[in-house]
Amino acid sequence: MSSFDTLRLDGVTRRFGGKDALSGLSLEIHKGEFIALLGPSGCGKSTALNCLAGLLPLSAGSIWQDDRRLDTLPPERRGFGMVFQSYALFPHLSVRKNIAFGLQMRHLPRAEVRRRTDEAIRLVRLDEHATKLPGQLSGGQQQRVAIARAVVLEPSLVLMDEPLSNLDAKLRLEMRTEIRRLHQSLGLTTVYVTHDQEEALSMADRLVVLRDGRVQQVGTPEELHTRPANRHVADFMGYRNLLPMRVTSVTREHVGVEGPGMTLTGTGVGDLFPGDEVVAAIRPEDLVVGEGGVPVTVEVVEYQGRELAVEARTDQGIMLHLRAAERPAPGDKVSVVADPARVLVFPGEPS
Amino acid sequence: MTALRHRLAERGIDRQLLLLVPALLCVLILFIYPFAYGLGLSFQPSQGGVFGAYREFFADAYQRDTIWTTLKLSLPAAFLNVAASVPIAYRMRGRFRGKRLLTVLLVVPITLGTVLTAEGLLNFLGPTGWLNRTLMSAGVIDEPVRLTNNYWGVFFSLVITGFPFAFLLILSYLSGIDPTLERAAATLGAGWWPRFHRITLPLLAPGLATTFCLTFVLAFSVFPSAVLVGDPAGTTRVISIAAYHAAYEAYDYPLASAIAVVMGVVELAVVAAVLGMRSLFYTGSTGGKG
Repeated sequence: MSSFDTLRLDGVTRRFGGKDALSGLSLEIHKGEFIALLGPSGCGKSTALNCLAGLLPLSAGSIWQDDRRLDTLPPERRGFGMVFQSYALFPHLSVRKNIAFGLQMRHLPRAEVRRRTDEAIRLVRLDEHATKLPGQLSGGQQQRVAIARAVVLEPSLVLMDEPLSNLDAKLRLEMRTEIRRLHQSLGLTTVYVTHDQEEALSMADRLVVLRDGRVQQVGTPEELHTRPANRHVADFMGYRNLLPMRVTSVTREHVGVEGPGMTLTGTGVGDLFPGDEVVAAIRPEDLVVGEGGVPVTVEVVEYQGRELAVEARTDQGIMLHLRAAERPAPGDKVSVVADPARVLVFPGEPS
Repeated sequence: MTALRHRLAERGIDRQLLLLVPALLCVLILFIYPFAYGLGLSFQPSQGGVFGAYREFFADAYQRDTIWTTLKLSLPAAFLNVAASVPIAYRMRGRFRGKRLLTVLLVVPITLGTVLTAEGLLNFLGPTGWLNRTLMSAGVIDEPVRLTNNYWGVFFSLVITGFPFAFLLILSYLSGIDPTLERAAATLGAGWWPRFHRITLPLLAPGLATTFCLTFVLAFSVFPSAVLVGDPAGTTRVISIAAYHAAYEAYDYPLASAIAVVMGVVELAVVAAVLGMRSLFYTGSTGGKG
């Protein structure tokens, strides 16, 4: 039962009291894929995961594993592994018993339970801690128990609900690599929920960006990073400068836009015509100090190791985020420019 | 002076501790003193030496058997209260419409008091009560079933007054257990029964033991209902009746005190046994909202 080719979500919808927490999520997940559901809190990504796990019934839509319909089955009969944000380790059971729990529920022979539990404990490098209770472990160790407990069943799909959000920054980076390593060595199909775009970009094969319960874009990390489909995805992908502007000219390659006190040349996303209200999106790292650009006054300079993060304001009072290699002083007047290929122009939405 | 204060503060002694004095005085005057006085009194019978009163109690089967009579009532009643509370509280953990109303209905008997409960029982379960009349007119029985003024009357009364306590306590213990644990167990392939008995029940067990102790102690000191809906001269001559007789009918205060001490010792023994078993369970954090 743990093998399948595709898992298909077909218009999966979940309503809470008349409000759509998730509306019409359709997605095909292939065997061995690592999918990240990405979005700000309240976007429906955890709802989607709970619907997949069977912990929330669907309001509409269906879930199929090849030709087998899954959404009508209770969670215990779907055969998915799940790693919870709070880990949800059984506090009264030792590490070993926590990991063995799922195997025992399948009524496997005792010797096999033992062998596979030992294997899983070794896999997450917790040999010395096997007899401890979860309360005696550090956050990172608890996290590894939670992962071992989910993967020991060799589930057809592993669901992870922001598993790294309770760890400190250093451990988070380590566990990221660890999860990716496990995914590759076990060939697991994984659906991973996170609000951290960096985490999603670095781990996933494909990303699903959600906002207000609706899918905004599905694509590879490269696609999302370089070609976000709309301004919301751009906002989420690190385009911190979102400038409301108006189209002045449209050529085959570029779009000229104009805003209060500045003109820019960018790349249009979608059909644009002169006079359209648009949003120009630029990453801080693509906005650099250079001749003949937009004049700004430096306000705040943050040291970030390799480079400096600068906040500057135009004469019209618009705040810009940029990067600088040399330290400008607050109050300095500089001019900033951006590569037209890196300035994305999105149609403005009636908000 | 300052140095001394620092040294005391290091050991956790400072002037704020003086705030405890009024409370300690109250405990001393209202609890410790009467208790010590009664304990002392129980060793000063008019005849028979220091242990005369205890010897008198244990030598007389009519007196001695009250321990067993009381245990026979209070242990099953406490057990039933806990056992009945678990499934009801388990179903009532989450949020649902009418939860508050249902909780109020389940808890109302606390406010009734034993006398009102006893009257209600007589009206409902008595020989000419509704239940018997209904059953007789339906032809199920030929003569009234005796459910009051015997063991069962007292037992029902103990369940009615003890259940709300047990229910409230267990509901709060249950809501202290993180509901994600059961969801995790479900994703690991556990159906509702393994989820309950492998995860929830072990985490709830210490709370059940505590609840059992409290309802048992409440039930063990039963007095009004044993008289009002029981058979106070026979099957429900509980130990508190024996103490009452000794004190206010025989005016034998040492014997009454001795009986009270025996009551306390029996309660302590049961509580110690239950808490001893409790220590075998996991008693740490259960991850919920506490």
